[in-house]
Amino acid sequence: MMARFTLSRRALGAAALATMARPAFAQGAGGTIRIGELNSYSRMAAFAVPYRNAMQQAQDAVNAAGGVMGGRRIEFVFRDDGATPGDAVRVAEELLTRENVTFLAGTFLSNVGLAVADFANQRRRLFLATEPLTDALTMAQGNRYTWRLRPSTYMQTRMLVEAIRGRNVRRWAIVAPNYEYGQSAAANFKRLLPQAIPGAEIVAEQFPALGRVDAGATVGALGQARPDGIFNVLFGADLTAFVREGNTRGLFERRTVVSLLTGEPEYLIPLGEETPEGWIVTGYPWDQVTGMPTHQAFVDAYRGRFNDTPRKGSLLGYVTVQVIASLLNKANSLDNERLIDALADLRSDTVVGPVVMRGLDHQGTMGTWVGETTLRGRQGTMRNSRYADGADYMFPEEEVRAARRSA
Amino acid sequence: MEWDFLLVQALSGLASASSLFVIASGLTIVFGVTRIVNFAHGSFYMLGAYIAVTIVPWLLEFDRSPWLFFVGVLASALAVGVLGVVMEVTLLRRIYRVPELFQLLATFGVVLIVQDLVLLVWGPVDITGPRAPGLRHGIFIFDQRFPAYELFLIFVGPAVLGLLWLLMHRTRFGVLIRAATQDREMVGALGVNQAMLFTGTLFLGAALAGLGGALQIPRVSANPQMDLSIIAEAFVVTVIGGMGSVPGAFLAALLIGQLQAFGVLVFPKITLVLVFLLMAVVLVIKPWGLLGKPEAAAGRAVLPEGIIDPRPLDRASQGLILVALAAVLALPLLDAYAVKVGTEVLILALAAFSLNFLVGNGGIVSFGHAAYFGLGAYGAGLLVTKAGLPMEPALLAAPLVAAAFAALFGFFVVRLSGIYLAMLTLAFAQIAYAVVFQWVEVTGGDNGLVGVWPSRWAASRETYHYLVAACCVLAIVALRRVVHAPFGATLRAARDSVQRADAIGVDVRTHRWLGFTLAGGAAGLAGGLYAFSKGSIDPTLLGIPMSVDFLSMLLLGGIQSVLGPIAGAAVFHAVKDFFMPLTDHWRLFLGLSIIGMVLVFPRGLAGAWAGLRRRPA
Amino acid sequence: MTLLAAEGLNKRFGGVQAAKDVSFALDAGEMLAIIGPNGAGKSTTFNMVGGQLRPDSGRVSLAGQDITGLPPREVCRMGVGRTFQVAQTFLSFTVIGNVQMALIAHHGQTRKLLPDAMAMHRDAALALLDRVGMAAQAERPVGELAYGDVKRVELAIALAAAPRLLLMDEPTAGMAPAERSALMALVAGIARGERIGVLFTEHDMDAVFAHADRILVLVRGEIIARGRPEEVRADAEVQRVYLGHSGTRAATRARRAAHG
Repeated sequence: MMARFTLSRRALGAAALATMARPAFAQGAGGTIRIGELNSYSRMAAFAVPYRNAMQQAQDAVNAAGGVMGGRRIEFVFRDDGATPGDAVRVAEELLTRENVTFLAGTFLSNVGLAVADFANQRRRLFLATEPLTDALTMAQGNRYTWRLRPSTYMQTRMLVEAIRGRNVRRWAIVAPNYEYGQSAAANFKRLLPQAIPGAEIVAEQFPALGRVDAGATVGALGQARPDGIFNVLFGADLTAFVREGNTRGLFERRTVVSLLTGEPEYLIPLGEETPEGWIVTGYPWDQVTGMPTHQAFVDAYRGRFNDTPRKGSLLGYVTVQVIASLLNKANSLDNERLIDALADLRSDTVVGPVVMRGLDHQGTMGTWVGETTLRGRQGTMRNSRYADGADYMFPEEEVRAARRSA
Repeated sequence: MEWDFLLVQALSGLASASSLFVIASGLTIVFGVTRIVNFAHGSFYMLGAYIAVTIVPWLLEFDRSPWLFFVGVLASALAVGVLGVVMEVTLLRRIYRVPELFQLLATFGVVLIVQDLVLLVWGPVDITGPRAPGLRHGIFIFDQRFPAYELFLIFVGPAVLGLLWLLMHRTRFGVLIRAATQDREMVGALGVNQAMLFTGTLFLGAALAGLGGALQIPRVSANPQMDLSIIAEAFVVTVIGGMGSVPGAFLAALLIGQLQAFGVLVFPKITLVLVFLLMAVVLVIKPWGLLGKPEAAAGRAVLPEGIIDPRPLDRASQGLILVALAAVLALPLLDAYAVKVGTEVLILALAAFSLNFLVGNGGIVSFGHAAYFGLGAYGAGLLVTKAGLPMEPALLAAPLVAAAFAALFGFFVVRLSGIYLAMLTLAFAQIAYAVVFQWVEVTGGDNGLVGVWPSRWAASRETYHYLVAACCVLAIVALRRVVHAPFGATLRAARDSVQRADAIGVDVRTHRWLGFTLAGGAAGLAGGLYAFSKGSIDPTLLGIPMSVDFLSMLLLGGIQSVLGPIAGAAVFHAVKDFFMPLTDHWRLFLGLSIIGMVLVFPRGLAGAWAGLRRRPA
Repeated sequence: MTLLAAEGLNKRFGGVQAAKDVSFALDAGEMLAIIGPNGAGKSTTFNMVGGQLRPDSGRVSLAGQDITGLPPREVCRMGVGRTFQVAQTFLSFTVIGNVQMALIAHHGQTRKLLPDAMAMHRDAALALLDRVGMAAQAERPVGELAYGDVKRVELAIALAAAPRLLLMDEPTAGMAPAERSALMALVAGIARGERIGVLFTEHDMDAVFAHADRILVLVRGEIIARGRPEEVRADAEVQRVYLGHSGTRAATRARRAAHG
């Protein structure tokens, strides 16, 4: 597949103007509403490009249907966040000051998301985080201006733990990438496991460096602990290496494997025919979705426009725009304070059904699918999947209150 | 633990070691002959994997035989070798005469370009290659299953070592490579066609990297991040073994493979830092690596790369500085975002300037200067977020914290010289990075800490800009003063001739140590200012990419000039800021800009400025 | 009185005995040459005195003070100036800058952070350059000089520390013959005029026999002869193993020249 070479004409124009001092142009009453969207389009292109595609698709759909707030168009201004907090904060500043966006959305990496969240808090602008999974974003480091749509590490881990509730699998090994996402997924798993399987114990933990897993050594160390079950948090290239090594060495045979995100097309597609059978995963089986009336139309339109199958990122991008549209309609104002107030417990109808932005912790109830991996032909997919509504897996309210007290 | 498990774990370590050696051997040969620290070696590795996942499945369509698989792997390696030749002929050949550090910068430009070209050609999705036919299965070793392919890999390393030995000792090309590794000038003097030798060496080095990448396809998917994930490790192997020593690289790879395999059993979280810890320990004990030799002292006196005889500024340069200062002061009149960029340029200029105090003035090439920048940021950030102090004392503490760590690390660093010194600075930077990354309770881990905002009076963008301007300009003026002062002159003298400096009674090590500490402190001040400009701190501030950015700014500006790095920081940051909003492929343009500038201004912007002034009107 | 005394110096490199029981003494104002074929241990002996090498055993003392094994910078501070076989100067500095740097080091000012280094000790530096005949070229970069002039600058650098002893490793190596005798005459004049002891090694026999007060002959790490030039020249052993025919001729020629 050839990645499209994107050089937006508008951005080029903006840059040409950049050398001159430009007065801020106010957004007229009936003018287009501009929203700043920053993400790791370059570093995390496999996720971010389908995400941006779907956002553009949704933006066009909203505008074609008459726009928001009684006829105003929305326009996303996309920017690469450089995949580092330092670059991202500068880009966020550029979006606010030069591009005159009303508020910010996006980011991928957790540290980037947190830095932009704090920046948004300082500037008193709304930041709708989409992909960062870290619990800190809505818990310990949550703030008034930061909201998140996607289910967090805690929520997804909890979905998986629920899926193995009551099974007679007592000895568990954990393998997770050595950074915040991996560490906090492991910590959540350790915390939640005893409630689901009384008497369960963790017998081994491995934390290979992100992107540099020494698969042989890691698989050997895990196997040596003789676990009954394995909780995997590896993804991307690390996951492929781990699965191959584990398959050859028989690590997964007669063992329950529970794995975060592995069912997402982003990670199943590279696995191809190596896709392991019967792992319990969170993911997005886009071709098996039932009970969501508008979902199929989204998939058809996406495939028609981009000649590609949708990814989890695509779904997230589409739902993000739908939530933003319903937010603007409800607030009927571009004042950020009123936007924040409108977001609290905002209920939007999206392609995955209703999504509520819980006012208590600023976390959306968008869910994800839980099922088992399987091989169909030479491609991995999911079976026995069901949609786990995020609303059922949120942090307990008292925990949120304790964590956000300082925020 | 059962011994059969330990055996299998050791075999896993051997397989990793073998893969690592194949890659590192190419790097060490290229360095030995050309003295170029080739950052693009990781890119060749990545290209090897991508080419292999493209042609090997195509070959296997004809016949799923092991032979065709290995034909595909070798063809990929050769194709990458040809790409190495392309790089040598189109780029390196033009810059053998420019300072060594510029060559490093050019190869870094190649890294950026290849990253984006790979995305353009192969797309962003990881590509999983086929397994090797006939080696898909696991082999039972007592009770444990071990992949047949890895068993095969274990033999590849020694085989490559053997073939390289034959090449080095039984062919004219190999003899020349060895001779050039020992004494480059000698080969030139003997009338050897140096261009052919270098082209051949680059072919060999790139092909080995490509072979390393292609051999990995049955294990890992080809992905756009694999270049940077391998290059640091390959450097570590090369340095631990001794730069230029192929057997040394083999030994080092074995060591690392086994440490990794057994290290994860004892400390599962040590993966981040293990190799760098090992490198630091080896370099402290053996300053030239396990099997390396001390750099032969130059037979003739050569003018050092760096600041030559700093003089008072002439009229035109004074004018230029006045214009720059006026621009800094007038920025808030332009627009809000320009202020933000201007603030960052000032901070980066101070960081680059402090680095040039080491590199240009002292001849102490640091690959890990971001460590002190980041530690300053953390020092300030932690005081604000954990101790609840306001900005002012935190900003005072930033340089002190950084200087304290610079003193600690510098104590060991100044015992070495040349490329080994540079690699030790890198090792310490990575160790600091790993500690900050892993010490979640205090540093917030890789999420970092937020809420590092300026005091109320300095909260506005414009006020903070002026605060930064005052701090940075003052610090730069002070450091420039030191360059001209006896202390700066002494560092320069020691750079020119350690022997002579020693003989006139200068304690070279102590002076270098103090210089390292001073530069670290200045970088720490820059880091503290940066933290307050962003509102957050995180480990990327200490990372290798940050250090490379600083080096790039410095080189673009020109290491011969005292003030050049400031221009370098401005241009580098402006170019990045210009291309980032334009396109996803900003790295491609950044890389092309860097290479363009290296080719057009081989002495940096300051060199170009000086050249411009010398030319008769 | 004895300025420099070496007693029983020994040094081995692997299996090679580079210096074996080397002892000698040198008085203030005296010029002592160490000669010998390549690999005889001249540089080893020299470096043990200068602090670049630490002897395995034996003792070096300067004006009665033990300096054995001190690093070169300490030896320098005790009053020992040094020149190298391949001239070592600060190539990025001007001629006068080199000498100023040496003066700054001599005055212990290398850690000063504020004054302009190139404004310090200018007069003293010029005076030193004047003594070696380089004052006219003070402002040129040292990298542009002819090699003979670089050697003179190096001498000025060594003199900046107001040394009691000069160590000169092959002071005339790489120079044209005319430059050689001029440099040696200059050194001899300064040494005798200021009562500085000079220990030097040399390949050029003309220079040795013309200017040395005494000569040590080193072969395979051992002193095989010592004494005034004419004594050494007359020594049968020296003639056999080292000087040979050409050496004898040079010694004769030198004596004639010296006696005018």
